[in-house]
Formats: sequence, structure tokens, C-alpha cells
Amino acid sequence: MSAGSGGRNTNTEPWGSFDDNLIPGSSSAVIDMENMDDTSGSSFEDMGEMHQRMKEEEEVAAEAAATEDDTVDDGEFLGMKGLKGQLGRQVADEVWQAGKRQASRAFNLYANIDILRPYFDVEPVQVRSRLIESMIPIRMINFPQKIAGELYGPLMLVFTLVAILLHGMKTSGTVIREGTLMGTAIGTCFGYWLGVSSFIYFLAYLVNAQITMLQMLSLLGYGLFGHCAVLLITYNIHFHFLFYILWLLVGGLSTLRMVAALLSRTVGQTPRVLLCGTLSVLHMLFLLYLHFAYHKIVEGLLDTLEGPNMAPMQRVARNVPELTLNATMGTLGASLKVH
Amino acid sequence: MAAAEEASRPFAGLSDVSISEDIPVEGDISVPVGSTRRDDEFSTLDEPVKETILRDLRAVGTKFVHVLYPKRSSALLRDWDLWGPLLLCVTLALLLQGGAAEGDDQGGPQFAEVFVIVWFGSIVITLNSKLLGGTISFFQSLCVLGYCIMPLTVAMAVCRIVLIGGSGKVSFAVRLAVVTASFGWSTFASTAFLADSQPPNRKALVVYPVFLFYFVIGWMILTFSPSQ
Repeated sequence: MSAGSGGRNTNTEPWGSFDDNLIPGSSSAVIDMENMDDTSGSSFEDMGEMHQRMKEEEEVAAEAAATEDDTVDDGEFLGMKGLKGQLGRQVADEVWQAGKRQASRAFNLYANIDILRPYFDVEPVQVRSRLIESMIPIRMINFPQKIAGELYGPLMLVFTLVAILLHGMKTSGTVIREGTLMGTAIGTCFGYWLGVSSFIYFLAYLVNAQITMLQMLSLLGYGLFGHCAVLLITYNIHFHFLFYILWLLVGGLSTLRMVAALLSRTVGQTPRVLLCGTLSVLHMLFLLYLHFAYHKIVEGLLDTLEGPNMAPMQRVARNVPELTLNATMGTLGASLKVH
Repeated sequence: MAAAEEASRPFAGLSDVSISEDIPVEGDISVPVGSTRRDDEFSTLDEPVKETILRDLRAVGTKFVHVLYPKRSSALLRDWDLWGPLLLCVTLALLLQGGAAEGDDQGGPQFAEVFVIVWFGSIVITLNSKLLGGTISFFQSLCVLGYCIMPLTVAMAVCRIVLIGGSGKVSFAVRLAVVTASFGWSTFASTAFLADSQPPNRKALVVYPVFLFYFVIGWMILTFSPSQ
């Protein structure tokens, strides 16, 4: 913003309008704010600068007060121009201050973590009891079941699942091409928790089920307890048969618990089938996916050790005990790749 | 008075507008004289650079000692700094470089991965402890968690040395023992500092994420295998 350039005064508005034809002869529609008459006062970004300059101008004007006595008319004219300039500047300044106050208030309101504080207000005993209850389905479906609305337990369970997934990925020697192990694990777990919760909440909203987003997040989060337990066992004890049994048993129990809670809050046959069917399918399939995508079972490890003549890009089930990891990596790594 | 009159001269023509001259002035007056006052109090601007660096290094060193012998002292909390955690994080990430490459993509964790895990893990734990009603400030908690990575960094250095000698069962057992010990030490040290700031019945809720955090880092250290 140029200071004191004076010149033409095409201000028609009380706040000082834009100066359109600053470059004589040009009919460009672009308004060059840089050459604006400084009485326009409509550039909010420069208000601070203008404030400073205004103070300096006042001081300068005060010093040169003696020499301006003869220019009364000009003084009055200056006064009028000064009126529009000072008033415009004052108004703009006040608007800027008000905007700044509002922005800081909004920031304090939304970036305040105290919003989440009530959802973390739990005791260790409560968390433990909720973890155990997440495996016990309740048969009362005619009356809405109570679902705890807390986020500590689900969040910790998601992080635990991430840690267990990392463990599984490491022992199975998963190679991630575009990304990192950690990123994939976090993305998978958080994506599942947040994504499926949102999706089921959306379906619940469509069929008018009585459940809030927080309750859905909490329900699904605690449902991951079963997943954590199953994966912890089967990433270390590699028996296909064992995994399927645990999948049905533990996965089934936690799914039943979630399904019963949802059933108790939904009215109507079709909505119930839709909601609970979707949730159970997604929940069970997720456990299946976690097991098979990040932990491969090799049958006949000894055979593969002797002859690395498997076709490349061939997906073979592989069982990798941890102690022989380093020795076999060199031979198997090139031939077994994931995605 | 005269200054006020001269200052109000630009407003002289405002008499027919409804703004009276004795409006109380509002707003901030930013006077840039604070810095000189601060300089008088501390006057650290004129000291030689060596002194500044040595003072910071000494502060970092004291905190390292506090982590090595974790007592319930508040030295770590009172003057927190993030130099130590940064140093430890960079050292750990550098030591974790050069992992076994399966193919040519990625073997061990990348530098950025370690960085992100350490810092975002610390931030998440800090937020969690604040949400659970902790009285510790954000950066104090970051400071404590970062400094308590030191035993794990030492364990990483030891593991690398052990791995030079070979990577058989014995070396794995040794590494497992070292990493487990340092992981326990880290968790114990951080809880010694953090536990006081929590309401007494919720200590377990705060300790668990710390346990998980150091477990993940310990796991990264344990499963590190150098390239052939």
C-alpha cells in the first residue's frame, strides 16, 4: 500500500471505494490494490501497518502543524479527506479486531481437547469389566441395551491391535511396497474402526436406529478385543485349525454381543437384518483378513528350504518360526511377496 | 495534554459526525521495549556461543543422569527441554538404518518411520494423560517420554554390537534379554516421573499406553537384523 500518494480521489462510498482507473487509458478489470489511494482503508491485511503509519503520520502532522496554518482550505479539504480516510481506517480496524477476537474464540472452542475429556472419564475397573463384557452377548433385545460412551478403551484396543499387527507382519516377513509397515498397520486398524463405525452409524441413521456415533465407536472398539486376543494367539501358534476355531468362537462371541446391542435399538425386521448382517459380515471378515493378509502359513518349510525353485509371484502358505527368520529371509524373500 | 490535542487534530473535522473526541481509546499498544528489559534480566545475548551450548549440554546431561537413576525428582519436569529427546530419536533412527533388505524396497524401519512413531506416540500418550486428568503440561510430558527412550537407545547400540558377532540363537537370546531389560527400565523410569501427575486410581490407565509405546520401540529394536 502506498503511503500518502494523494492524487485523485474517486471515493464515492463512506468507507472509501476501490480506485478503478489508476492507470490512465487502460480498461483492465484488474484492480491494482497496491496503487490504491490510502484513504480507501479497505485492505484488512494491512491494518496493523496502517495503524503504525497512521500514528507516524499523526506525529509528522503534529510536528509540521505550524506550517499548515495558512492552508486552511486545504486543511479543511484535508480534514474531509482525512474524515473519510480516518473513519474508514477506524472502521476497518475495528472490524479486524473483532474478527481476530472471533477467530481466537473459535480456535479455543474447537481446538480445545477438553471437548473429549468426558469420554475419557473412566476407572481401570470399568475398563476391565467392559473388556470382559464385550465377549458376553446379552439376550435382552426388546429393550435398548446400555452402551457405554467412552473412548479410552476403544482407542487403547486399536493401538494394541496395531502393535499385534506389527508383530505379525514382522514375523511373517511382509514386504510393503508403497509405504511402511507402521503406516499400513495404523491405517488398517484406524481405518477399520473409524470407517466401519461411520458406515454402520450411517446405516443406523437410515433405518432410524437409536444409536449415537459415540456409542457406535465405543461398541466397535470394544469388539476389537476379541480380534486382539485371537491374533495374539494365532500369530504365535501357527495352526490353521486353531485359527478357524478361534475365529468362530471368539470372533463370533464379540460379533454376537455387538449385534445384540444393535438389535435392541432397532425396530423392524428388515432394518435389523440389514444392520446386523452388515456388521457381522464386516467384523468377521476383518479378522479373516488380518490373519491371512499379514501372516502366511507355509506348509512344508523344509521342502522350500532345500530348493528355492518356486515360481516367482506365487502365493504359498508359509509358516515362519521366529528363530529361523534371519536365515530363511534371504532365500524366501525374493520369491514370496505380498501385493 | 498538548500531545492529545495534536493527536486529535486529524479528528477535528469530525464534529458533524457522531464521534465525540473523548472516546476511550481501546486496543493494544505494542511497544517494542520489552526485549531490552529481558536482556537486562538474563543477558544471555552477549555471552560466547560456547557457554550457551555448554549450558544446554549440561542440562541435557543432568537429565540423562536422572533417567539412569529414576528417583521421584522433579528436575526433569521443572526445566523441560526437547534437545535430549531429539538427540535420542535421531540416534535411534540412525542405528536402525541399514536393516536387512528383502528385495530392494524396505528392510528395517525407515528413518522417517522411527521419527514419526516416537513423536506421534509421545503426543498421543501426552494427550491421553491430559484427558485422563493429568496435571502435567504438554511439553513436560513429551520431555519425559523422550528422555526415557535412552535405555532403549543404549540397548539398540548393544544389539548392533552383538549382531556384529553373528546372528544365531545365542545372540538372539542376549538381545532379547537386553531389550526386555531396557524396555522395563524405560517404562519404570517414565512412570516414576509421570505417575505423580495423575490421580492415584488412574495410574494404570496412563501406564498402559506408555507400556505399549516402549513395547513397539523395543520390538523394532529386537527384530532389527543387519544387511548381509
